[in-house]
Amino acid sequence: MSVNEVQDNIIDEFSVFDDWMDKYNLLIDFGRELKDLDPKHKVKDYLIDGCQSKVWLYPEFIDKKIVFSADSDAIITRGIVALLIKVLSDRTPDEIISADLYFIDSIGLRQNLSPTRSNGLLSMIRQMKLYAMAYKAKGNNLNSPPGRSKR
Amino acid sequence: MQSVWSIAVINNTMKSISEIRADFPILGRKVYDKSLIYLDNSATTQKPLPVIDAVNEVFTTYNSNIHRGVHALSDQASEKYEEAREKVRAFINAGGTQEVIFTSGTTGSINGIAFSFGERYIKSGDEIIISHLEHHANIVPWQMMCDRKDAKLRVIPVNDNGDILYDEYLKLLSPRTKIVAVTHVSNALGTILPVKRIIEDAHAMDIPVLIDGAQGIQHGLTDVKDMDCDFYTFSGHKIYAPTGIGVLYGKEKWLNELPPYQGGGDMVANVTFEKTTYNELPFKFEAGTTNFAGAIGLGAAIDYLKCIGLNDIEKREQALLAYATEHLSAIRELKIYGISENKIPVISFLLNGIHQYDTGMVLDKLGIAVRTGTHCAQPIMDRFSIEGTVRASMCFYNTMEEVDALAEGIVRVVKMFSK
Repeated sequence: MSVNEVQDNIIDEFSVFDDWMDKYNLLIDFGRELKDLDPKHKVKDYLIDGCQSKVWLYPEFIDKKIVFSADSDAIITRGIVALLIKVLSDRTPDEIISADLYFIDSIGLRQNLSPTRSNGLLSMIRQMKLYAMAYKAKGNNLNSPPGRSKR
Repeated sequence: MQSVWSIAVINNTMKSISEIRADFPILGRKVYDKSLIYLDNSATTQKPLPVIDAVNEVFTTYNSNIHRGVHALSDQASEKYEEAREKVRAFINAGGTQEVIFTSGTTGSINGIAFSFGERYIKSGDEIIISHLEHHANIVPWQMMCDRKDAKLRVIPVNDNGDILYDEYLKLLSPRTKIVAVTHVSNALGTILPVKRIIEDAHAMDIPVLIDGAQGIQHGLTDVKDMDCDFYTFSGHKIYAPTGIGVLYGKEKWLNELPPYQGGGDMVANVTFEKTTYNELPFKFEAGTTNFAGAIGLGAAIDYLKCIGLNDIEKREQALLAYATEHLSAIRELKIYGISENKIPVISFLLNGIHQYDTGMVLDKLGIAVRTGTHCAQPIMDRFSIEGTVRASMCFYNTMEEVDALAEGIVRVVKMFSK
């Protein structure tokens, strides 16, 4: 499925609900379904700055695609990062760099994009794109993660 | 501490809670189609109509720069600004208006004093005492001063209830101590500190004391004469006044001795390229155009609080604290952080195994505004080995029904996250 097809599926799933509590319940479910991050990757190097809850994001380069795994100590945040992984994981760096993430607006998470909300959605997206740029710059032939880009 | 207010409230007829709430237009609004329940008053308070009207009046009728013009508007603005200063003076029971400096807020006030005091008095090896309960605004400026002057920060520890360990404070006091700077009330836990006693013991060794009053001022706890503090700082926005205005109270003898921390217009008597002489107090510490509209709004807020009555406010707030403590403690999964006998109406809590951020996000969607995180007081979070709390901070316009709604919301959060 393309980036946009995955986004459209997510929008469909959320469109069933009007009530915010139901939307949060769905986010919680997405968070619960997220594959656990290997504890050895839950280290400072993979911690994303600017989040009120902790978010670890670990990239791997497999067959010219970036595979992300992640975790958070807050369940709603884990749900949000799970959505991002659905959309952006297992993609080429170019797909990630050029992705227009319109689903965030459509499912009503836009307010979480504001930098002052400090839940780090913006930081998570920025970090995913930075990893993609780093892999691309290093010539697509790395198998180990490029490490946290300094911002 | 209520003696200051007794005269002001003698003729006061108690307003009903619905009358009080009607004075705050924002309390009538909805968020996500639900009635707003505003429980983030320690972060900032809402503004009553008299404050909004006073600021509106500045800009619609007499806006003009203060202390400078020869024209009618400037005269009127200056007069209103100085009236506001007198209102603050009376509110905190300062000796004179020369001891009341308008600043940008508590943070501005503490930074100013930490700088001036450091420049004037601090030498290598000197010590500054703060407590473990401080907001970052009463930690970082002193750390910066210690870095500049090679001085040392000493910290009064707290017990599990969130009270300072008084004996440890006494042990920290020494000839090396040059100033004690402690909060009046903990913003994260709500503990009221025994400031009068702290000051008395410091003064016994000739050590001056600064009190960070950001969380104390709005609960009618401030009488600087009775307290005998050397400096007291607070922010307008936490006492129902506009943002961007604050106060630095200082005893005249200190303010005369300390050098100004900002140079500019209005704070000078005479300027030549060779030498500048400073204006008299309080203007020496008010460089540049101050936030006079904010100051006038602060004056209006003080008038409003006197009209409600500080005694009445304290009664309402203590009743809310008792009710909230009882009803929230009844929730099995809830743990309150900060259970001092002496508290303002703040409940800082965590739900068993549920991240504070998750709790706050869900409460928000129920129309309930709380704060989550470290509350700009990371050291006290570390003290309790937690990464943050959910903080419900109430004030006199909150109701028992709102506390009930919070309790129901919390029960809902527990159900949502423990499936």
